Amino acid sequence: MNKPFAITLDVGSSLLNKTGSWRTERPVYLDRLPPCNNACPAGENIQAWLYHAEEGRYEQAWREIMQNNPFPAVMGRVCYHPCENACNRVHLDDAVGINSVERFLGDQALREGWQVEPGEDTGKRVMVVGGGPAGLACAYHLRCLGHQVTVYEAAAQAGGMVRYGIPKYRMPREKLKAEIRRIEEMGVEIILNTRIDDIQGFKEANGFDAVFLAIGAQQPKRVEIPSDETIQQLDAVGLLRAIEEEEHVALRGRVVVYGGGNTAIDVARSAVRMGATQVTLLVYEAREKMPAHEMEIAEALEEGVEILPLRAIREIRDGGLKLEQMVDGEGQWPQASGQFETFQADLVVQALGQQVETDLLQNLAGARVEDDALQVDVEMKSGCEGIFAGGDMVPSARTVTTAIGHGKHAARSIDAWLRGEQYQKPVKHELVDIDKMNTWYYTDAPRTVRPMLDIVRRQSGFAEVVGDLDEINAAYEARRCMSCGNCFECDNCYGVCPDNAITKLGPGNRFEFKYDYCKGCGMCATECPCGAIKMEPESI
Amino acid sequence: MPHQQVKFYQTGTLTVGNRLLDKAQRTVQATMDRSNSLDSGHRACQGCGEALGARYAIDAAMRATDNQLIAANATGCLEVFTTPYPESAWRIPWMHSLFGNAPSVATGIAAALRVKGRQDVRVIAQGGDGGTTDIGFGALSGMFERNDDVLYICYDNQAYMNTGVQRSSATPGSARTATTMPLGAEPGAEFDKGKNVPLIAMAHGIPYVATASVDRLHDLEAKVEKAMSIRGARYIQVFVPCPLGWGSKPADTVKVARLAVESGLYPLFEAEYGELTSATKIRRKVGVADYLKLQRRFAHTLKNEAQLARLQAVADNNIRRFGLIDEQGD
Repeated sequence: MNKPFAITLDVGSSLLNKTGSWRTERPVYLDRLPPCNNACPAGENIQAWLYHAEEGRYEQAWREIMQNNPFPAVMGRVCYHPCENACNRVHLDDAVGINSVERFLGDQALREGWQVEPGEDTGKRVMVVGGGPAGLACAYHLRCLGHQVTVYEAAAQAGGMVRYGIPKYRMPREKLKAEIRRIEEMGVEIILNTRIDDIQGFKEANGFDAVFLAIGAQQPKRVEIPSDETIQQLDAVGLLRAIEEEEHVALRGRVVVYGGGNTAIDVARSAVRMGATQVTLLVYEAREKMPAHEMEIAEALEEGVEILPLRAIREIRDGGLKLEQMVDGEGQWPQASGQFETFQADLVVQALGQQVETDLLQNLAGARVEDDALQVDVEMKSGCEGIFAGGDMVPSARTVTTAIGHGKHAARSIDAWLRGEQYQKPVKHELVDIDKMNTWYYTDAPRTVRPMLDIVRRQSGFAEVVGDLDEINAAYEARRCMSCGNCFECDNCYGVCPDNAITKLGPGNRFEFKYDYCKGCGMCATECPCGAIKMEPESI
Repeated sequence: MPHQQVKFYQTGTLTVGNRLLDKAQRTVQATMDRSNSLDSGHRACQGCGEALGARYAIDAAMRATDNQLIAANATGCLEVFTTPYPESAWRIPWMHSLFGNAPSVATGIAAALRVKGRQDVRVIAQGGDGGTTDIGFGALSGMFERNDDVLYICYDNQAYMNTGVQRSSATPGSARTATTMPLGAEPGAEFDKGKNVPLIAMAHGIPYVATASVDRLHDLEAKVEKAMSIRGARYIQVFVPCPLGWGSKPADTVKVARLAVESGLYPLFEAEYGELTSATKIRRKVGVADYLKLQRRFAHTLKNEAQLARLQAVADNNIRRFGLIDEQGD
């Protein structure tokens, strides 16, 4: 004992005192599922690509999107962004403009010529029937997985309803073409003007290992209206297709569009641009029950389209429409009222939905068609071995985004099937809602509004209505993301721990708890802005 | 303007760190090489606001002085939980003498450094509100009056926690402590008693006085850094919730501090040579009940309209007096 006077113990650090033994609950880092990702029909990891975009790493952000969706420039325009409707940021100010950032990234990729490499060759060959969003997405994902893919398209151009159903003012064709070309450059062969009626036979004759069917729902649904032929009747699908093919279409005078869905709005807005003097939407449902997207309705109203809700066309006679007023059915179909009126019009366009052309499914052994759709299982398999299907022809929400999601899902199932396995969807993380977050730490930041084309130009031509974000406001918008449920390395946990019981592992590597010292106070979890820490009971 | 600055909106500068911010704008606490002056293994309760506040303040002072720092500590929780002989959680030269004499000990250290010509080494004295506003008050006032080159940091948890939650002269009106039980016509601590030491410090005309809170790290670090850039007597009082003494959840320590500030009950300000120079604005004003309801020491006030009104009046008075709400908003 060689110690100074009155000193009996060696000095030591408090690190000898393992305060972790006090703990009854332990903090655990976890990734929760952000609501945007949960809502995305294409299964995009939105939070992850916004994270890259926030730092201006646009190529990385784009590559993250491309993991799930080969069409960011298209989706950044035509997607009805269920992600934004689910966004937690609405509880603070307004949803993050995810769609506008996606569009910026998609366009940036086209400007910069970013490409995706195909996977290593597997020697397997897959045939895709239908060159719309589902078919092309499937082809892309199969190519990423190393399979040879040939897409057969009946029309003169690929793109499906994106090309033939969505007008140019929403979807400029050069962007669509460029994103399709990028898929072709990966080695996907697209054969146009080729309709295949005997799918099984064609598959066997050409030695394909699997088939993905995605022919869409392109047949217009029509109602028979008693008519004396004094007013011409057209259908929306045929009309939009004719406009696309630049055939002469006389959309002049007083145009009536019968229907309240997005296609009806597309026709109405096209009519405005082609010089109709008056465009009226006759809608069977009540105004607030119209199936069309609110944003589309608002833009149509701005452009001068009129909406007459709760009307049914009963007869066409003497250049006029006999309309019956309907009564909102309170959750049921609207009821007839017995009240009639006459409406003057020069042209009626029926936009009452579309159905699947089921003829070519007739001779497909095992295929089951029900409720106007080809039935598939959770792996997108039809009843016919080796034939998968997706897009509008199977039961779905019939949006472009859903179709793209089907294409991806089917590609993964096909890939597993070709290897003699079964595709298992990865387990979803638990959803993070706003209650699990600490929003104090997010400062107010109003949404960046995309510039809109001048109203006069919208009424007179097919130029794109919604403008671009530039690099600066795209980054701003991305930075409004709250990174719900996923650590964004704000250092809060590392800072607020009174016990210095968290190790910072450095940029990109997040943090680690020192359970030897963590007393389990839970402050890190309370102060985590994004809800990426959970307290779990300690097993004692 | 050749280059437009992209503002960071995801979390602004309210979080501890921020990968998108310039390094210079991040807090000391966000750095991987912060000094961790108060290390793990100390025996403070779960969620201790004082342990947190002390590491925040001393780490900031360490960076500001290039790690040339000596601290004198008054008796109190901070001394007891960090340094049970022979262990210490401090990773700085640190000295404890008595309950009431930390300012004098610091004065002595500063004098010795001056004699030795070590102007690079700086001195901090620290203690709780009991050791500062009551027991060490005479020594503190002397240190101010002599303008000794010491930064005194008071960690204010509004009672004597170490000895069992007795009232100090920093205990707010209506709060329950072991010696101010919620009984009688005016339950809890009496109103219009106690001292406001930051204002008393200002009355000494010393170069720098500030109040800070553990919920506002950027503000707290800026104040410590500023204090360390000045010579002479300086005083910073940091609001540090005490889960044990206040009856709040350990996980809510930062939240409780935030609500104290946002309600106006704990005004954050700076003063130089006796003049108020700045006030930290309230971001989202809340009523005092939001703050009180998280703490059992105030449980009785929620059922007592007169007391609630009185506490709200205290908050409103602070807001008016210190200009805590910007007319324009934030």
